[in-house]
Amino acid sequence: MEFLNLAIKAIFVENILLAYFLGMCSFLACSKKVDTAIGLGFAVIFVLTITLPANWAIHHFLLREGALHWVPGVDLSNLDLSFLNFICFIATIASMVQLVEMVLDKFFPKLYHALGIFLPLITVNCSILGGSLFMVEREYGAAESAVFGFSSGIGWLLAIVSMAAIRKKLRYSHLPDGLKGLGITMIMTGLMAMAFMCFSGINL
Amino acid sequence: MASAAKKLLMDPFTDNNPITVQVLGICSALAVTVKVDTAIVMTLALTAVVTLSNFVISLLRNVIPNGIRMIVEMAVIASLVIIADQLLRAYLFDISKQLSVFVGLIITNCIVMGRAEAFALQNPPKDSLLDGLGNGLGYGIVLIAVASIREILGFGKWLGFSLFPETYMGNGLALLAPGAFIILGLLIWAQRTVSKYVED
Repeated sequence: MEFLNLAIKAIFVENILLAYFLGMCSFLACSKKVDTAIGLGFAVIFVLTITLPANWAIHHFLLREGALHWVPGVDLSNLDLSFLNFICFIATIASMVQLVEMVLDKFFPKLYHALGIFLPLITVNCSILGGSLFMVEREYGAAESAVFGFSSGIGWLLAIVSMAAIRKKLRYSHLPDGLKGLGITMIMTGLMAMAFMCFSGINL
Repeated sequence: MASAAKKLLMDPFTDNNPITVQVLGICSALAVTVKVDTAIVMTLALTAVVTLSNFVISLLRNVIPNGIRMIVEMAVIASLVIIADQLLRAYLFDISKQLSVFVGLIITNCIVMGRAEAFALQNPPKDSLLDGLGNGLGYGIVLIAVASIREILGFGKWLGFSLFPETYMGNGLALLAPGAFIILGLLIWAQRTVSKYVED
Protein backbone atom coordinates (compact mmCIF):
# COMPACT_ATOMS: atom_id res chain seq x y z
CA MET A 1 0.00 0.00 0.00
CA GLU A 2 2.79 2.33 0.91
CA PHE A 3 4.49 1.58 -2.42
CA LEU A 4 1.26 2.12 -4.34
CA ASN A 5 0.90 5.47 -2.64
CA LEU A 6 4.46 6.43 -3.58
CA ALA A 7 3.84 5.31 -7.17
CA ILE A 8 0.62 7.32 -7.53
CA LYS A 9 2.36 10.34 -6.05
CA ALA A 10 5.28 10.07 -8.49
CA ILE A 11 3.09 9.48 -11.54
CA PHE A 12 0.29 11.99 -11.04
CA VAL A 13 0.63 14.31 -8.07
CA GLU A 14 4.31 15.16 -8.30
CA ASN A 15 4.94 14.30 -11.93
CA ILE A 16 8.66 14.65 -12.48
CA LEU A 17 8.16 16.70 -15.62
CA LEU A 18 5.05 18.73 -14.88
CA ALA A 19 5.75 19.55 -11.24
CA TYR A 20 9.56 19.52 -11.08
CA PHE A 21 10.38 20.51 -14.68
CA LEU A 22 12.92 17.70 -15.06
CA GLY A 23 13.64 16.32 -18.51
CA MET A 24 12.26 19.37 -20.33
CA CYS A 25 14.91 19.43 -23.06
CA SER A 26 14.24 15.99 -24.48
CA PHE A 27 10.54 16.51 -23.79
CA LEU A 28 10.54 19.55 -26.09
CA ALA A 29 12.85 18.03 -28.69
CA CYS A 30 11.26 14.57 -29.02
CA SER A 31 7.57 15.30 -28.68
CA LYS A 32 7.00 15.95 -32.39
CA LYS A 33 6.05 12.35 -33.24
CA VAL A 34 4.07 9.93 -31.10
CA ASP A 35 6.21 6.90 -32.08
CA THR A 36 9.51 8.46 -31.01
CA ALA A 37 7.86 9.79 -27.85
CA ILE A 38 6.72 6.28 -26.87
CA GLY A 39 10.14 4.76 -27.60
CA LEU A 40 11.99 7.43 -25.67
CA GLY A 41 9.50 7.20 -22.80
CA PHE A 42 10.12 3.47 -22.40
CA ALA A 43 13.88 3.96 -22.58
CA VAL A 44 13.61 6.57 -19.80
CA ILE A 45 11.48 4.22 -17.64
CA PHE A 46 14.06 1.49 -18.12
CA VAL A 47 17.08 3.64 -17.33
CA LEU A 48 15.40 5.26 -14.31
CA THR A 49 14.34 1.89 -12.90
CA ILE A 50 17.85 0.45 -13.01
CA THR A 51 19.90 3.54 -12.15
CA LEU A 52 17.98 4.54 -9.05
CA PRO A 53 18.60 1.32 -7.06
CA ALA A 54 22.19 1.24 -8.40
CA ASN A 55 22.81 4.79 -7.24
CA TRP A 56 21.07 4.02 -3.96
CA ALA A 57 23.56 1.20 -3.38
CA ILE A 58 26.51 3.45 -4.23
CA HIS A 59 25.27 6.16 -1.92
CA HIS A 60 24.30 3.80 0.89
CA PHE A 61 27.32 1.51 0.95
CA LEU A 62 30.14 3.77 -0.22
CA LEU A 63 29.50 7.49 -0.03
CA ARG A 64 27.20 8.55 2.81
CA GLU A 65 28.60 9.60 6.15
CA GLY A 66 29.93 6.57 8.00
CA ALA A 67 29.17 4.22 5.11
CA LEU A 68 32.72 2.92 5.00
CA HIS A 69 32.80 1.78 8.65
CA TRP A 70 33.12 -1.85 7.50
CA VAL A 71 36.60 -1.28 6.06
CA PRO A 72 38.94 -3.26 8.34
CA GLY A 73 42.13 -1.79 9.77
CA VAL A 74 41.33 1.95 9.60
CA ASP A 75 38.63 3.93 11.36
CA LEU A 76 36.50 5.48 8.62
CA SER A 77 33.24 5.86 10.51
CA ASN A 78 33.40 9.67 10.33
CA LEU A 79 34.25 9.83 6.65
CA ASP A 80 31.64 11.65 4.59
CA LEU A 81 32.15 11.23 0.86
CA SER A 82 28.73 12.47 -0.17
CA PHE A 83 30.24 15.37 -2.11
CA LEU A 84 31.25 12.71 -4.65
CA ASN A 85 27.57 11.88 -5.22
CA PHE A 86 27.27 13.94 -8.40
CA ILE A 87 30.21 12.48 -10.24
CA CYS A 88 29.48 8.87 -9.20
CA PHE A 89 25.81 9.15 -10.11
CA ILE A 90 26.50 10.58 -13.54
CA ALA A 91 29.09 7.86 -14.21
CA THR A 92 26.58 5.14 -13.29
CA ILE A 93 23.95 6.76 -15.48
CA ALA A 94 26.33 7.07 -18.45
CA SER A 95 27.32 3.42 -18.24
CA MET A 96 23.72 2.23 -17.83
CA VAL A 97 22.71 4.22 -20.90
CA GLN A 98 25.55 2.62 -22.81
CA LEU A 99 24.25 -0.78 -21.68
CA VAL A 100 20.71 0.02 -22.79
CA GLU A 101 22.09 1.15 -26.13
CA MET A 102 23.92 -2.15 -26.64
CA VAL A 103 20.90 -4.24 -25.63
CA LEU A 104 18.56 -2.30 -27.92
CA ASP A 105 21.01 -2.52 -30.81
CA LYS A 106 21.15 -6.29 -30.43
CA PHE A 107 17.52 -7.16 -29.74
CA PHE A 108 15.39 -4.25 -31.00
CA PRO A 109 17.34 -2.73 -33.92
CA LYS A 110 14.24 -0.96 -35.24
CA LEU A 111 13.66 0.97 -32.04
CA TYR A 112 17.39 1.62 -31.81
CA HIS A 113 17.42 3.35 -35.18
CA ALA A 114 14.22 5.25 -34.45
CA LEU A 115 15.69 6.73 -31.27
CA GLY A 116 19.00 7.56 -32.93
CA ILE A 117 20.82 10.42 -31.25
CA PHE A 118 18.28 10.72 -28.45
CA LEU A 119 19.37 7.51 -26.81
CA PRO A 120 22.84 8.72 -25.75
CA LEU A 121 21.20 12.00 -24.78
CA ILE A 122 19.23 10.21 -22.04
CA THR A 123 22.47 10.56 -20.08
CA VAL A 124 21.94 14.30 -19.95
CA ASN A 125 18.19 14.00 -19.39
CA CYS A 126 17.79 15.82 -16.09
CA SER A 127 14.99 13.51 -14.96
CA ILE A 128 17.46 10.63 -14.51
CA LEU A 129 20.01 12.51 -12.41
CA GLY A 130 17.18 14.43 -10.75
CA GLY A 131 15.55 11.15 -9.71
CA SER A 132 18.77 10.02 -8.07
CA LEU A 133 19.25 13.32 -6.27
CA PHE A 134 15.65 13.32 -5.02
CA MET A 135 16.22 9.78 -3.80
CA VAL A 136 19.13 10.97 -1.65
CA GLU A 137 17.35 14.11 -0.46
CA ARG A 138 14.18 12.24 0.56
CA GLU A 139 16.13 9.33 2.08
CA TYR A 140 14.35 6.53 0.24
CA GLY A 141 15.25 2.89 0.92
CA ALA A 142 16.28 0.34 -1.72
CA ALA A 143 12.78 -0.88 -2.63
CA GLU A 144 11.30 2.61 -2.39
CA SER A 145 13.89 3.98 -4.78
CA ALA A 146 13.14 1.26 -7.34
CA VAL A 147 9.40 2.02 -7.12
CA PHE A 148 10.06 5.76 -7.28
CA GLY A 149 12.29 5.36 -10.35
CA PHE A 150 9.82 3.16 -12.19
CA SER A 151 6.80 5.35 -11.50
CA SER A 152 8.63 8.61 -12.24
CA GLY A 153 9.47 7.08 -15.61
CA ILE A 154 5.83 6.23 -16.19
CA GLY A 155 4.84 9.78 -15.32
CA TRP A 156 7.39 11.11 -17.80
CA LEU A 157 6.13 8.74 -20.51
CA LEU A 158 2.57 9.85 -19.87
CA ALA A 159 3.50 13.51 -20.20
CA ILE A 160 5.60 13.16 -23.37
CA VAL A 161 3.13 10.90 -25.18
CA SER A 162 0.18 13.18 -24.47
CA MET A 163 2.25 16.19 -25.56
CA ALA A 164 3.21 14.43 -28.81
CA ALA A 165 -0.45 13.74 -29.50
CA ILE A 166 -1.40 17.36 -28.81
CA ARG A 167 1.40 18.68 -31.03
CA LYS A 168 0.17 16.51 -33.89
CA LYS A 169 -3.15 18.35 -33.75
CA LEU A 170 -1.44 21.71 -33.25
CA ARG A 171 0.19 21.43 -36.65
CA TYR A 172 -3.13 22.28 -38.31
CA SER A 173 -3.86 25.34 -36.21
CA HIS A 174 -3.14 28.94 -37.13
CA LEU A 175 -0.75 30.57 -34.71
CA PRO A 176 1.08 33.90 -34.62
CA ASP A 177 4.60 33.45 -36.02
CA GLY A 178 6.45 34.05 -32.76
CA LEU A 179 4.31 31.57 -30.87
CA LYS A 180 4.99 28.67 -33.25
CA GLY A 181 7.03 25.78 -31.91
CA LEU A 182 8.50 26.41 -28.48
CA GLY A 183 6.13 29.15 -27.31
CA ILE A 184 2.86 27.28 -27.80
CA THR A 185 4.40 24.04 -26.53
CA MET A 186 5.33 25.74 -23.25
CA ILE A 187 1.83 27.14 -22.84
CA MET A 188 0.27 23.74 -23.61
CA THR A 189 2.58 22.14 -21.06
CA GLY A 190 1.40 24.74 -18.55
CA LEU A 191 -2.23 23.80 -19.17
CA MET A 192 -1.33 20.11 -18.86
CA ALA A 193 0.47 20.78 -15.58
CA MET A 194 -2.65 22.56 -14.36
CA ALA A 195 -4.74 19.51 -15.25
CA PHE A 196 -2.35 17.23 -13.38
CA MET A 197 -2.61 19.46 -10.31
CA CYS A 198 -6.17 18.24 -9.90
CA PHE A 199 -4.68 14.99 -8.62
CA SER A 200 -3.01 16.69 -5.67
CA GLY A 201 -4.22 15.52 -2.30
CA ILE A 202 -4.93 11.96 -3.44
CA ASN A 203 -3.89 9.59 -0.69
CA LEU A 204 -4.58 5.88 -0.56
CA MET B 1 36.71 45.33 -27.60
CA ALA B 2 37.19 43.70 -31.00
CA SER B 3 33.92 43.25 -32.83
CA ALA B 4 34.29 39.46 -33.14
CA ALA B 5 34.75 39.09 -29.41
CA LYS B 6 31.86 41.45 -28.75
CA LYS B 7 29.64 39.40 -31.04
CA LEU B 8 30.57 36.22 -29.19
CA LEU B 9 29.67 37.81 -25.90
CA MET B 10 26.53 39.70 -26.94
CA ASP B 11 24.86 37.30 -29.38
CA PRO B 12 23.48 34.97 -26.69
CA PHE B 13 21.63 37.89 -25.06
CA THR B 14 19.10 38.29 -27.86
CA ASP B 15 19.54 36.73 -31.30
CA ASN B 16 20.93 33.45 -30.11
CA ASN B 17 19.60 33.25 -26.57
CA PRO B 18 20.23 29.80 -25.06
CA ILE B 19 16.74 29.48 -23.63
CA THR B 20 14.39 31.17 -26.04
CA VAL B 21 16.17 30.37 -29.33
CA GLN B 22 18.48 27.41 -28.81
CA VAL B 23 15.95 25.71 -26.46
CA LEU B 24 18.58 24.62 -23.94
CA GLY B 25 18.47 24.57 -20.16
CA ILE B 26 14.73 24.94 -19.74
CA CYS B 27 14.43 22.74 -16.64
CA SER B 28 16.23 25.00 -14.25
CA ALA B 29 14.85 28.12 -15.91
CA LEU B 30 11.48 27.07 -14.55
CA ALA B 31 12.37 25.45 -11.29
CA VAL B 32 14.48 28.12 -9.60
CA THR B 33 12.47 31.16 -10.65
CA VAL B 34 9.98 31.45 -7.80
CA LYS B 35 12.10 34.24 -6.30
CA VAL B 36 14.62 36.63 -7.79
CA ASP B 37 17.41 35.93 -5.30
CA THR B 38 17.53 32.19 -6.08
CA ALA B 39 17.48 33.04 -9.79
CA ILE B 40 20.50 35.34 -9.35
CA VAL B 41 22.48 32.75 -7.40
CA MET B 42 21.63 30.09 -9.95
CA THR B 43 22.74 32.41 -12.77
CA LEU B 44 26.07 33.03 -11.06
CA ALA B 45 26.66 29.32 -10.45
CA LEU B 46 25.76 28.35 -14.00
CA THR B 47 27.76 31.18 -15.58
CA ALA B 48 30.84 30.19 -13.59
CA VAL B 49 30.45 26.54 -14.54
CA VAL B 50 29.78 27.11 -18.24
CA THR B 51 32.60 29.67 -18.59
CA LEU B 52 35.18 27.47 -16.89
CA SER B 53 34.04 24.25 -18.53
CA ASN B 54 34.18 25.87 -21.96
CA PHE B 55 37.67 27.14 -21.17
CA VAL B 56 38.99 23.81 -19.85
CA ILE B 57 37.44 21.73 -22.63
CA SER B 58 38.79 24.13 -25.23
CA LEU B 59 42.27 23.78 -23.73
CA LEU B 60 41.94 20.00 -23.90
CA ARG B 61 40.28 19.92 -27.32
CA ASN B 62 43.30 18.59 -29.21
CA VAL B 63 44.08 15.93 -26.60
CA ILE B 64 40.63 14.40 -26.09
CA PRO B 65 40.08 11.29 -28.25
CA ASN B 66 36.83 11.65 -30.14
CA GLY B 67 35.32 8.37 -28.91
CA ILE B 68 35.35 9.28 -25.23
CA ARG B 69 34.81 13.04 -25.47
CA MET B 70 31.38 12.89 -23.82
CA ILE B 71 32.79 11.20 -20.74
CA VAL B 72 35.68 13.67 -20.51
CA GLU B 73 33.26 16.57 -20.81
CA MET B 74 31.04 15.04 -18.13
CA ALA B 75 33.98 14.60 -15.78
CA VAL B 76 35.10 18.22 -16.23
CA ILE B 77 31.57 19.58 -15.78
CA ALA B 78 30.77 17.36 -12.80
CA SER B 79 33.96 18.40 -10.98
CA LEU B 80 33.19 22.10 -11.55
CA VAL B 81 29.63 21.62 -10.30
CA ILE B 82 30.88 19.87 -7.17
CA ILE B 83 33.08 22.90 -6.45
CA ALA B 84 30.18 25.30 -7.07
CA ASP B 85 27.90 23.24 -4.82
CA GLN B 86 30.44 23.11 -1.98
CA LEU B 87 31.00 26.88 -2.22
CA LEU B 88 27.27 27.57 -2.10
CA ARG B 89 26.84 25.27 0.88
CA ALA B 90 29.66 27.02 2.70
CA TYR B 91 28.69 30.64 2.05
CA LEU B 92 25.00 30.76 1.04
CA PHE B 93 23.52 27.82 2.91
CA ASP B 94 19.90 29.05 2.94
CA ILE B 95 19.76 29.66 -0.78
CA SER B 96 21.56 26.41 -1.52
CA LYS B 97 18.83 24.64 0.50
CA GLN B 98 16.15 26.37 -1.58
CA LEU B 99 17.86 25.42 -4.83
CA SER B 100 17.97 21.82 -3.51
CA VAL B 101 18.74 19.36 -6.29
CA PHE B 102 18.97 21.98 -9.00
CA VAL B 103 22.57 22.92 -8.29
CA GLY B 104 23.55 19.31 -8.93
CA LEU B 105 21.42 19.34 -12.03
CA ILE B 106 23.70 21.96 -13.61
CA ILE B 107 25.66 18.85 -14.67
CA THR B 108 22.84 17.82 -16.95
CA ASN B 109 21.94 21.37 -17.91
CA CYS B 110 21.95 21.23 -21.68
CA ILE B 111 23.57 24.67 -21.98
CA VAL B 112 26.85 23.49 -20.44
CA MET B 113 27.04 20.30 -22.47
CA GLY B 114 25.66 21.96 -25.60
CA ARG B 115 28.22 24.79 -25.61
CA ALA B 116 31.05 22.37 -24.91
CA GLU B 117 30.02 20.20 -27.86
CA ALA B 118 29.01 22.94 -30.26
CA PHE B 119 31.64 25.58 -29.51
CA ALA B 120 34.49 24.72 -27.18
CA LEU B 121 35.58 21.63 -29.14
CA GLN B 122 36.30 23.70 -32.27
CA ASN B 123 37.49 27.03 -30.93
CA PRO B 124 40.49 28.43 -29.03
CA PRO B 125 40.29 28.98 -25.24
CA LYS B 126 39.81 32.76 -25.31
CA ASP B 127 36.80 32.65 -27.64
CA SER B 128 35.33 29.73 -25.71
CA LEU B 129 35.63 31.67 -22.47
CA LEU B 130 33.68 34.59 -23.96
CA ASP B 131 31.11 32.25 -25.49
CA GLY B 132 30.57 30.58 -22.13
CA LEU B 133 30.26 33.91 -20.35
CA GLY B 134 27.80 35.23 -22.92
CA ASN B 135 25.63 32.12 -22.80
CA GLY B 136 25.64 32.03 -19.01
CA LEU B 137 24.52 35.65 -18.84
CA GLY B 138 22.00 35.24 -21.67
CA TYR B 139 20.50 32.42 -19.64
CA GLY B 140 20.56 34.65 -16.57
CA ILE B 141 18.61 37.42 -18.26
CA VAL B 142 15.71 35.10 -19.09
CA LEU B 143 15.91 33.53 -15.64
CA ILE B 144 15.76 36.88 -13.87
CA ALA B 145 12.97 38.11 -16.14
CA VAL B 146 10.84 35.04 -15.39
CA ALA B 147 11.68 35.24 -11.68
CA SER B 148 10.76 38.95 -11.55
CA ILE B 149 7.36 38.33 -13.12
CA ARG B 150 6.68 35.39 -10.82
CA GLU B 151 7.80 37.10 -7.63
CA ILE B 152 5.93 40.34 -8.39
CA LEU B 153 2.70 38.52 -9.30
CA GLY B 154 2.99 35.86 -6.65
CA PHE B 155 4.24 37.74 -3.59
CA GLY B 156 3.88 41.39 -4.65
CA LYS B 157 7.59 41.79 -3.92
CA TRP B 158 10.77 42.17 -5.89
CA LEU B 159 13.98 40.85 -4.36
CA GLY B 160 12.21 40.91 -1.00
CA PHE B 161 10.98 44.54 -1.18
CA SER B 162 7.21 45.01 -1.10
CA LEU B 163 5.91 46.77 -4.19
CA PHE B 164 2.20 46.69 -3.48
CA PRO B 165 0.14 47.64 -0.40
CA GLU B 166 -0.39 44.99 2.28
CA THR B 167 -3.83 44.19 0.89
CA TYR B 168 -2.36 42.53 -2.23
CA MET B 169 -3.32 38.89 -1.93
CA GLY B 170 -0.71 37.37 -4.23
CA ASN B 171 -1.46 35.30 -7.30
CA GLY B 172 -0.85 31.70 -6.31
CA LEU B 173 -0.82 30.43 -9.88
CA ALA B 174 2.36 32.35 -10.70
CA LEU B 175 4.19 30.44 -7.96
CA LEU B 176 3.05 27.01 -9.09
CA ALA B 177 4.41 24.90 -11.94
CA PRO B 178 1.71 25.76 -14.52
CA GLY B 179 2.33 29.47 -14.01
CA ALA B 180 6.02 29.00 -14.73
CA PHE B 181 5.32 27.21 -18.00
CA ILE B 182 2.82 29.80 -19.18
CA ILE B 183 4.96 32.80 -18.23
CA LEU B 184 8.00 31.36 -20.02
CA GLY B 185 5.82 30.56 -23.04
CA LEU B 186 4.60 34.14 -23.24
CA LEU B 187 8.12 35.49 -22.74
CA ILE B 188 9.38 33.32 -25.60
CA TRP B 189 6.58 34.65 -27.77
CA ALA B 190 7.52 38.24 -26.94
CA GLN B 191 11.23 37.65 -27.50
CA ARG B 192 10.67 35.91 -30.82
CA THR B 193 8.28 38.59 -32.03
CA VAL B 194 10.93 41.23 -31.36
CA SER B 195 13.82 39.27 -32.89
CA LYS B 196 11.61 38.02 -35.78
CA TYR B 197 12.67 34.41 -35.26
CA VAL B 198 10.25 31.85 -36.71
CA GLU B 199 10.39 28.14 -35.99
CA ASP B 200 8.95 25.88 -38.68
